Amino acid sequence: METTMTAPGVTYLNHEHSVSSWLLTKDHKRIGILYLLVVTFAFFLGGIFASIIRLELSTPAGDLVSADTYNKMFTMHGVAMVFFVLIPAVPAILGNFILPLMLGAKDVAFPKINLLSWYIFVIGFLFTVYAMVTGGVDTGWTFYTPYSSRASNTNVMATGLGVFITGFASILTGVNFMVTIHRMRAPGLTWFRLPLFVWAVYATALVMILGTPVIAITVLALAIERFLHFGIFDAALGGDPVLFQHMFWFYSHPAVYIMILPPMGAISEVIATFSRKPIFGYSFVAFSSLAIAIFGFLVWAHHMFVSGISVYSALVFSFLTYAVAIPSAVKTFNWAATMYRGAIWLKAPMIWAIAFLGLFLVGGLTGLFTASLGVDVHLHDTYFVVAHFHFIMVGGAIMGYFAGLHYWWPKITGRMYSDIWAKVAAIIVFVGFNLTFGPQFILGYLGMPRRYHVYPEEFQVLNVFSSAGASLLGVGYVLIAIYLVASLFKGELAGDNPWHATGLEWTTQSPPLPHNFETQPVVTEDAYEYSKREIKVV
Amino acid sequence: MFAGISLLPQQASTLAAEVDALYLFIVAVTAFFGILVTVVVLVFAVKYRTNDPLAVGARIHGSIPLELAWSIIPFVISIVIFAWAADVYFDLQRPPDQSLEIYATGKRWMWKFQHLDGQSEINELHVPVGRPVKITFTSEDVIHSMFFPAFRVKADAIPGRYSSVWFSATKVGEYHLFCAEYCGTKHSGMVGKVVVMEPSDYQAWLSGTSGGGSLTARGERLFSDLACNTCHLSDGRGRGPSLVNKFGVSEALATGAAVSIDEAYLRESILTPQAKIVAGYQPLMPTFQGLVSEENVMALIEYVKSLQASGGAAVSAGEARAEPAASAAPQENR
Repeated sequence: METTMTAPGVTYLNHEHSVSSWLLTKDHKRIGILYLLVVTFAFFLGGIFASIIRLELSTPAGDLVSADTYNKMFTMHGVAMVFFVLIPAVPAILGNFILPLMLGAKDVAFPKINLLSWYIFVIGFLFTVYAMVTGGVDTGWTFYTPYSSRASNTNVMATGLGVFITGFASILTGVNFMVTIHRMRAPGLTWFRLPLFVWAVYATALVMILGTPVIAITVLALAIERFLHFGIFDAALGGDPVLFQHMFWFYSHPAVYIMILPPMGAISEVIATFSRKPIFGYSFVAFSSLAIAIFGFLVWAHHMFVSGISVYSALVFSFLTYAVAIPSAVKTFNWAATMYRGAIWLKAPMIWAIAFLGLFLVGGLTGLFTASLGVDVHLHDTYFVVAHFHFIMVGGAIMGYFAGLHYWWPKITGRMYSDIWAKVAAIIVFVGFNLTFGPQFILGYLGMPRRYHVYPEEFQVLNVFSSAGASLLGVGYVLIAIYLVASLFKGELAGDNPWHATGLEWTTQSPPLPHNFETQPVVTEDAYEYSKREIKVV
Repeated sequence: MFAGISLLPQQASTLAAEVDALYLFIVAVTAFFGILVTVVVLVFAVKYRTNDPLAVGARIHGSIPLELAWSIIPFVISIVIFAWAADVYFDLQRPPDQSLEIYATGKRWMWKFQHLDGQSEINELHVPVGRPVKITFTSEDVIHSMFFPAFRVKADAIPGRYSSVWFSATKVGEYHLFCAEYCGTKHSGMVGKVVVMEPSDYQAWLSGTSGGGSLTARGERLFSDLACNTCHLSDGRGRGPSLVNKFGVSEALATGAAVSIDEAYLRESILTPQAKIVAGYQPLMPTFQGLVSEENVMALIEYVKSLQASGGAAVSAGEARAEPAASAAPQENR
């Protein structure tokens, strides 16, 4: 390896310095950084709420905060994490930064709309933060009616408006990415030469465009009922409370795939890179993303098996839920098979990716319990469900986000972080996460309902384990922030391609030029063609 | 350190064993695949690790037979779980005939149970062991969910609708009742207990608790207090249809459609009578929305159920509903 590495002269970071050069930037890379700042703040906020929840639950009595405050905490934890962390994290941060680089493009298709998306996102976030600081909201992030339309006296509509506005950022980003992938690929970069991250982002864009309008309509309908007393969801006004659940989950279940597909794409990149091999079954992994995106729209009522839907529709939705589980299983098997006879370089991103595999596996497999009708009747609205979706959304989506962030950090910043500390953090987060959410599976089967401020004493031991795990998890996350920030000041120069990876993003300097590439790249081979280097085959 | 942590909740209903068997089967299947994949990943990570960043892995692009194998095998296993789970779900959804019927309402933040003999209780439910119990319930405000972990049953209480759960308790004892659907400030306080008793103790409990008249008798009083009886004459010559022998049968509507007369239809017809008019009748009936509480609607329904003329084909098996209205009152004395 080179010993004398020089920092690149002009980069997207240093070619302009003014505040307006950031706030009015049309550069996809700077917009990615802007998203990173807001999302990290939202993650911090959601983490604070989670800490208060776990502290409260370390004793059976409601002795730390009042019941109303507790209800606001889990609501705002969910709202901050779902709408302002999980949904934007990988597409809006890593997707914005990396997608045009991967395609060999100068930028996304509509750079001004890209900036507009960020502003819409921020305005939506500010509305939500305003709702939080001026009294909060207590409906649960699911906003079920008629509680949200009639009973709650908290800032339901301000929060709803925040979610409503943010949705448009999601739609615009989806359109932007989809057009970019169709129109901006470098010469020679055919669909089946695309890195799998691009396929994942494409599938995600599809869900964003088709699904997000439905949550907007739902929130609008809720507002009409709350303010104008039109009976849409409230039975007392002639509406149907269960209709809200259908509409809410028609978006919010596919939204799970907005959260998990892009991290899955990042994981494909990391595993291929650090195994020095093409992804096993490229086309199966690529099409499984599309299959998940499409089937994902057909399973929403599996959230409603005890909500009075008919036995036969429950049967159909249970069956389709098993169907959507298959592409996820296929991806997992392909990732494992990719490592077979690889030359596995266990750098920090790979450790994060392996941790992802372990947690996503548990998340996916526990979905078999909740998809099965007879067992879900018992599990529904218990801590089993809480544990299951945290394994998917945190164990899957957030771990995948961190795997991707560690992978592309040298490209984004031009600096290397401490590999050893990053591995330590991955292990702390992995252990802490399992300790937090593992016991909740047992708690759930024992019957502890979710969203409980006080609980029977027999559940305390498992809750104490869970709270202890959450503390460890918090330590892990703080550690990441410390070494990543430290890398900006003290990190070694990364060079163009510190991981010796394939992919166009590694052919330009780190940090990249303001317009990405000096000359238009041309692609002549498939993705992940490590063996064509013909250096040394293990 | 782990003493006192059980992994399964108490098993106190016939359904609990069924649900647990399926649960443990899925635990076994998922544990097998979870451990398999984890071991494979870890073995590969160790076996093929290298510190040479220029080393290259074998050029393997995939294998169609393997892809098919790991698509089809999980799918087949899923179908097995799906079918088994659907079977259990049908059992959970289908109360046996002869079930002891109990009505309940959820409201923030309590559960109120009404026994047919007139006893009512709050956040406590007494039931006999070894007999199927069906609880029909609704909510008076927001959505709640009635959850008996020891029986493995749960259903949402939805305003404007009737839901039901059924169970047959197998063990005498006291078990949790939880509200499982978030309903506001005291959601976690909307809890109670179900007391499973020996049949003889249950009878003693019933007779020792003042009922204030059976539910049917209360419904009958309401039927005349609210002047229902001025139109719904039993001979069918009133302005409204006769209600005798109507429960459980199918009735033609003015729109040409047919409706099955069940609890939900009776409730709708009391609260929003214009919704489904029986063929041959005028939409004259005023709404009782806001005038009759959910509990009184249940009493009225129970009264209508009791209106089975002797020899009527529609008489269902439940003993409570088999007796004619006129003899409802003496039931308290048993």
